[in-house]
Amino acid sequence: MHIISHVDVYRAIADPTRRAILDELVDRSGQSLFELCARLIMKHGIGSSRQAISQHLDVLEAAGLIRTRREGRSKLHWFEGAPLQAIGERWPIPTDEYTSHSTDEDNEK
Amino acid sequence: MRINWTSVCVDDQQKALQFYTETLGFRVKHNIPLGEHAWITLVSEEAPEGTELVLEPAGHPAVVPFRKALVEDGIPYTAFAVDDVEAEHERLVAEGVRFVQPPTDLGTVITAVFNDTCGNLIQIMEEKGQM
Repeated sequence: MHIISHVDVYRAIADPTRRAILDELVDRSGQSLFELCARLIMKHGIGSSRQAISQHLDVLEAAGLIRTRREGRSKLHWFEGAPLQAIGERWPIPTDEYTSHSTDEDNEK
Repeated sequence: MRINWTSVCVDDQQKALQFYTETLGFRVKHNIPLGEHAWITLVSEEAPEGTELVLEPAGHPAVVPFRKALVEDGIPYTAFAVDDVEAEHERLVAEGVRFVQPPTDLGTVITAVFNDTCGNLIQIMEEKGQM
């Protein structure tokens, strides 16, 4: 179960529309499909159909990157960062080593 | 041909009459009993001769799944124009109105979506740059 969901994460965030969805959910948690579609078209110029956005949400949910909850009779969406944290834990950035191996080019930045 | 009326389907006409007048602040233009239901139309205080909103009884069986699907996806049944979404949001929240979307700046417009307690989500919209 965990392995499947980790595999899906990479596919999920490979798509720019899905990354924009996550950006908007980070901006405000608990959005409806309508609000997400409005933000995507107005702020990102992404005019995909509601059905297409709904399918993107299904992929993100399968990857564990969002979760949904009902509030009243509406279905709302939340960003879930745990799978991305798992990536960071899988390939932790060795801070000390990084510093000692850093090139002059890196230091200039 | 003119657009004189627009309608919103409501679960309960009397409850809707109360919400749309007392809470939202519209004014009754017509309230004519017609058997089980009534022909109820409202106007805005800001435009008493303007387009009328018909409070349509949601009696047809097809209305139920239709509105359920709209509410599930957070889609407003209709939208009203306001000068200041933030101020309306604040006023309506104080009246106990529940918003599914707080005021959101979408670039050219600011919108918010609330529950009308009669089975619908309603959007309020402010067009920016009108000053």
